[in-house]
Amino acid sequence: MKPAAVFQNLHLAYGDRPVLNGLSFAVEQGEFFIIIGPNGSGKTTLLKVIAGIVKPQRGAGQILGHALSHSSRRQLARQVALVPQQPPSDIPFSVAEVVLLGRSPHLGLLSLERRKDFTLAEQAMAFAKVDHLAGRKLDQLSAGERQRVFIARAICQQARIIALDEPTASLDLAYQTHIMDLMEKLRKQEGITVIMVSHDLNLAAMYADRLLLMKQGTIINLGTPAVVLNFEALERTYGCVLLVDRNPLKDVPRVTQVPKGFLHKTPRSGPEP
Amino acid sequence: MPPYSISLLKRLLTVSALLALLLLITAFAGVITGSTDQSFQAILVQLLGKGVPTSTLGEIIWRIRLPRVILAALVGATLSVGGLVFQALLRNPLAEPYILGISGGSAVGAIIGILLGLSRFPGGALLAFCGSMGTLLLVLLIVSGRAATRKDSLILGGVMVNALCSSVIMFLLSVTQNSRLHSILFWLMGDLSLSDPHQLLLLSSIVLPCFGLIFILARPMNLLLLGEEMALNMGLPVRLISLVLLSTASLMVSATVCCTGLVGFVGLVMPHLLRLWLGPDHRVLVPACVLGGGAYLILCDLVARLLAAQSEMPVGVITALIGAPLFIFLLKRAKS
Repeated sequence: MKPAAVFQNLHLAYGDRPVLNGLSFAVEQGEFFIIIGPNGSGKTTLLKVIAGIVKPQRGAGQILGHALSHSSRRQLARQVALVPQQPPSDIPFSVAEVVLLGRSPHLGLLSLERRKDFTLAEQAMAFAKVDHLAGRKLDQLSAGERQRVFIARAICQQARIIALDEPTASLDLAYQTHIMDLMEKLRKQEGITVIMVSHDLNLAAMYADRLLLMKQGTIINLGTPAVVLNFEALERTYGCVLLVDRNPLKDVPRVTQVPKGFLHKTPRSGPEP
Repeated sequence: MPPYSISLLKRLLTVSALLALLLLITAFAGVITGSTDQSFQAILVQLLGKGVPTSTLGEIIWRIRLPRVILAALVGATLSVGGLVFQALLRNPLAEPYILGISGGSAVGAIIGILLGLSRFPGGALLAFCGSMGTLLLVLLIVSGRAATRKDSLILGGVMVNALCSSVIMFLLSVTQNSRLHSILFWLMGDLSLSDPHQLLLLSSIVLPCFGLIFILARPMNLLLLGEEMALNMGLPVRLISLVLLSTASLMVSATVCCTGLVGFVGLVMPHLLRLWLGPDHRVLVPACVLGGGAYLILCDLVARLLAAQSEMPVGVITALIGAPLFIFLLKRAKS
């Protein structure tokens, strides 16, 4: 089976500020792949490269065996669907209309949506549990509902890879697990590859097959949560004191930030004298 | 099934039929109303082609009123569709050719054309197009890189560009004693009285293909509403489409400015009214703006003619009286 995505030696700079510095990695099909790292490490940019929104200045990429440099935008759109970090709320469309827009890469300029497209949109809305909101306008939804609408839109795009940028960032705890469970279900039932940027290390450890830890546009660590979430690498990457122990629910590391007042209680992570 | 499943084609046809009917009714009203009192029957006989075309009434209807109505329809349609395009591209409900200063830029170009002794087409129109592209570029430069305050800076940019254009126009008017410019002041507020069949033909040969192109790009305009990144991720070549839409809209707006001068706010009023009624789908809105915008400007012109019974009132006065309060209302709502 071809890998979902392969990247070699990606380089990208905004102006003279380098953002990606020679990344190489591959994502397998059907994998739950989560990119973590401190702010400004280039996670979102990497996701945009995967979704074909920005082009790397150097390096090569393949999506499902097709070279990025040889794929048209439309081809790429049928393979990777993006769920943005902050879905726009000020657009005048209803939920159903937004989800249906996901069919665009499959339609010609003047062709109208057919019955099949409506059916796919309805299935996507049912899957993301937003079908009861179909007629509502986007600005009448909560942040969690809106996030699910854009996930439904991505599903409706029928791409084999879904890329999400911090989908749980502004949501409360219940919505966070809801979104993650939704992606897990999509992966299990449909075999869809999920590539996600996340700040929540513990949620990432529970769901991900593999984690990619980035800093300043380079890969610090890539592997299973047990490998990547080791205390030394995390402290070095994030530059703060952490406590890493076992998660009682699953055999993965659990990461806790250590406030200054608790430094003396964490022998493993206290600053060396 | 929810309302979205109503076939788009059916909706498109129903809406177009209704608005086409409205356009015909207003056009008819525009033709039968005027300063000379004539019996309804006599006018009807003329319109059905059974009267004597060389009679005074025939002259008035075929050479004055009908061209004027058609010009109003073309200009209204162009400005409405232009407003719709700018609103979608800049994702700003307040964008409009007049407010953005694009009409003003065309006017500068057109006046320079007149001063140079060029004919209205193609020389004047070409200069007007350059003027509109220049102001568009200027406004986009002012706006770029300030996403947070974009709504306001877009308007401010437009206001400043407009002020600049007005002063350039006044400057040109003051330093030349050109007899060709005697009607320019009138023209600055939108003048539909200078319509002859030849000019109508030229104007429609420019704007009608533009309408067609914009209609073809209606679904991409829907995608643009979701923002650049989403549109890119759905396979849209955003830059190319934006460039085509912007230059098409500028081209047709500058062509109408050459013919009629500055008619403001039409591109604000019609898209908003139609969006309230029909929702945000551009595949319905583009044809609706063509037909509805035409009807709207015919109606405004009718009001202007009725209010200034014996003299002439520029149609821009009426459109501004309706449009400016709506603009203020929308600005207020956008802030809250």
